Amino acid sequence: MKATFKIFRYDPDKDKKPYYKEYTLDVEPNTVLLDVLNDIKWHYDGTLTFRRSCAHAICGSCGMTINGKNRLACQTLIKDLDTSKPIKIEPLKSYPVIKDLVVDMNKFYEKMFKVKPYLVNDNPPPGREFLQTPEEQKLIDEAYSCIWCGCCTSSCPSFWADDDYLGPAALLKAYRFIFDTRDTLTEERLRIVNDADGVWRCHVIFNCVEACPKEINITEYISRLKLKVVTSKL
Amino acid sequence: MIHFHYHDVIIVGAGLAGTRAAVEVAPVADVAVISKVFPTRSHSTAAQGGAAAVLNNNLKRGVDTWLLHMFDTVKGSDYLADQNIVEYFAKEAPKAIIEMEHWGTPFSRMPDGRISQRDFGGHQRTRIAHAADRTGHALLHTLFEQSIRLGVKYYPEFFVMDLILDEEEGDYVVRGVVAYDIRTTELHIFQSKAVMLATGGGGRIYKITSNAHEYTGDGFGMIYRKGLPLQDMEFPQFHPTGLYPLGILITEGVRGEGGYLINSKGERFMERYAPDFKDLAPRDVVSRAIYTEIMEGRGVGPKKDHVLLKIDHIGKDAIMEKLPEIWKFAKTYTGVDCTKEPIPVMPTMHYMMGGIPTHHETGEVVADVGPDGEVSKVVKRLYAGGEAACESLHGANRLGANSMTDTIVFGRRVGKHMVEILDTIKIKDLPEDVGKEQEEKIKAILSRNSGEKVSKLREELQETMWENVSVFRTEEKLIKALDKIKELQERYKNVYVEDKSTTFNMELKEALELENMLNYAEALVASALFRKESRGAHSRVDYPNRDDEHFLKHTLAFKQEGKEPLIKQRNVVITRFPPQERRY
Ligand SMILES: Cc1cc2nc3c(=O)[nH]c(=O)nc-3n(C[C@H](O)[C@H](O)[C@H](O)COP(=O)(O)OP(=O)(O)OC[C@H]3O[C@@H](n4cnc5c(N)ncnc54)[C@H](O)[C@@H]3O)c2cc1C
Ligand code: FES
Repeated sequence: MKATFKIFRYDPDKDKKPYYKEYTLDVEPNTVLLDVLNDIKWHYDGTLTFRRSCAHAICGSCGMTINGKNRLACQTLIKDLDTSKPIKIEPLKSYPVIKDLVVDMNKFYEKMFKVKPYLVNDNPPPGREFLQTPEEQKLIDEAYSCIWCGCCTSSCPSFWADDDYLGPAALLKAYRFIFDTRDTLTEERLRIVNDADGVWRCHVIFNCVEACPKEINITEYISRLKLKVVTSKL
Repeated sequence: MIHFHYHDVIIVGAGLAGTRAAVEVAPVADVAVISKVFPTRSHSTAAQGGAAAVLNNNLKRGVDTWLLHMFDTVKGSDYLADQNIVEYFAKEAPKAIIEMEHWGTPFSRMPDGRISQRDFGGHQRTRIAHAADRTGHALLHTLFEQSIRLGVKYYPEFFVMDLILDEEEGDYVVRGVVAYDIRTTELHIFQSKAVMLATGGGGRIYKITSNAHEYTGDGFGMIYRKGLPLQDMEFPQFHPTGLYPLGILITEGVRGEGGYLINSKGERFMERYAPDFKDLAPRDVVSRAIYTEIMEGRGVGPKKDHVLLKIDHIGKDAIMEKLPEIWKFAKTYTGVDCTKEPIPVMPTMHYMMGGIPTHHETGEVVADVGPDGEVSKVVKRLYAGGEAACESLHGANRLGANSMTDTIVFGRRVGKHMVEILDTIKIKDLPEDVGKEQEEKIKAILSRNSGEKVSKLREELQETMWENVSVFRTEEKLIKALDKIKELQERYKNVYVEDKSTTFNMELKEALELENMLNYAEALVASALFRKESRGAHSRVDYPNRDDEHFLKHTLAFKQEGKEPLIKQRNVVITRFPPQERRY
């Protein structure tokens, strides 16, 4: 069957402003969208530019807006899309566009680094692993599986309104360490998320949950963080 | 415009091996990591099943020892691994894993809170530490996080084109690397006292692979193009269970958790090929078995070209807890719900056992061997680690879950070596014209308006490798592949790109990657032609037996301009386990 892809294009070297270009190709219901983009790049238009690496939804490179929704191209199949009209593919919103579907994610990374995204344990390490029960591990099991694709933060109206807001991904990262029974930096971490740009900017809109390709219930974790902040004596 | 940088240590590659080395160096010296993708996007993040180490947390199959881990690895390697290296590895592995846990890796746990371990192919004990089926992600994020804490400097989305080499007292010496910023296409020269190549593998020379698009063997290319040797390249590993038809990996952990393979008659066929280990035989054995089933007409599907992996019998809860990503891959890409039906699978190109040879003691890259098969020349202060390196730990066939442990054990060791030598080194000026050659190369590709398309040449290479240099090989097919590669190398001289932009030019990057691919593919095929025996992952239909008399040696392939590659042999180190017949 045939499908048309209407793709956002912008090359600062030659374009004064962005435009959309349409490509019509043969596809199957099971064709992966990333393979469509590769097909276009390799066989029709070598200038089309996007990021990709793993091709199976784990490296976080290929986040983009597909028919208005933030998703991974490598996890989107043609059968999930309405092919009766052109499928619109755009760069992730709220990050500056570098070229075509490639965005500058520095703002996103800055936020991740702000929450001290590393385990700190001041106790002398035991001669073996720190013990952590499966129940304790379960607290962070979903949260650690974030792939830093940026789909959530880009979908968040609070982040659109003010990009100083830490955003869902960074808060999830903070959660991952605050609720890790091995981490000892809890108080400092809670202060960071309790900051003006922290958890209180989350208005529980759930866009992030909808956007997350790993189906992480981010809003739920942010709510747990809020509760932890209010019940801790900071 | 050319930019200059100095760091004491330059690491090319931000996967597990590179970041592990960086974390070792960072407390004492200025270290920078260059990566063509953002660090957490490195291919290590895709590793699923786990990392092998003797922790003795799960005694289901008996008490484990480093000696047993060593033996399993040596036997798995079909006796081609260097046993001094394997011994070091097996002894250091538990420390390396525990260290990762202390740094925050969210391992799956036993009820009493210790790290959970599972079974994997070729391992006689339950020794695979894991974080569900996303262990690579868990380990890589941990190392990246700790490197941020230590202030490691990153150059993300910089593409390294070449090493800067010089000569010193009869050896080569490395002085830095030439890279360009993908975002601007401007050249950056990095000068340093030591360099580590941790550029990963190169499965993308094959049509069907579990490897990321970025897995183009640039480190292999950088070495080989300089006339330096690549070792044991004839041993790419075909993983038995790639998701049919895409080749996405379905971890061996599925069989480790009780899954098994069946053919069109519903037979559990591995019982015939490996009566003891069955579905948990090493990968070379299982991949050959699957191909044999298919060739003998017992494949499934309309084309009878794949087999099935059954796991539903372990129950939905166990699948969702231990193999959540696998469930999702199968569901997303094939519509199969593996809690109810078997997963369609076929072998997929997965891992490079061979790579950049390193010196057993100093860890430096080997530049040559003498007629006695011993190392005669190295590249001083140039190190390699991870999948890019051939230490040689995996010999002719890697055991699953040994690679991630390899990256952290040897990443740490390379870090330590680099730290030891830094104080003794004086920086020398780089040649005046440094970077000119690379600048010209980029200019030439960008300025050509017609000629050979990158994707066309790459597809022809991938097709040729898949058809002629996969699980079963013959001289005829290998010669065909080598001739084709030579033809493609000729045509590459006229390669062009449609994208002329200097901003994020991915087509240019693909052109440079292709040059590397065409180089190490040549080394791979030439080595496979040379090895007239069958050992581990290298199965020659025309030489079906192992021949220890002539080939219990490592293969070194050197590029020779305009000629066939030069092949030399390097001695294998045998300490504890003399070669035996390999049965599973
Ligand atoms: C799907 C899959 C599952 C796996 N599962 C397991 C498992 O369960 N257990 C196990 O032990 N092993 C597993 N492996 C193998 C293992 O994951 C890899 O061998 C290992 O992670 C490689 O790590 P590395 O550090 O060598 O390289 P990588 O993580 O691949 O990193 C390579 C780095 O080099 C950089 N680079 C490359 N070329 C350039 C260049 N020209 N310029 C700049 N930077 C460059 C890249 O950007 C990247 O940062 C799996 C592999 C795959 C593909
Ligand atoms: S390519 Fe890795 S997430 Fe899509």
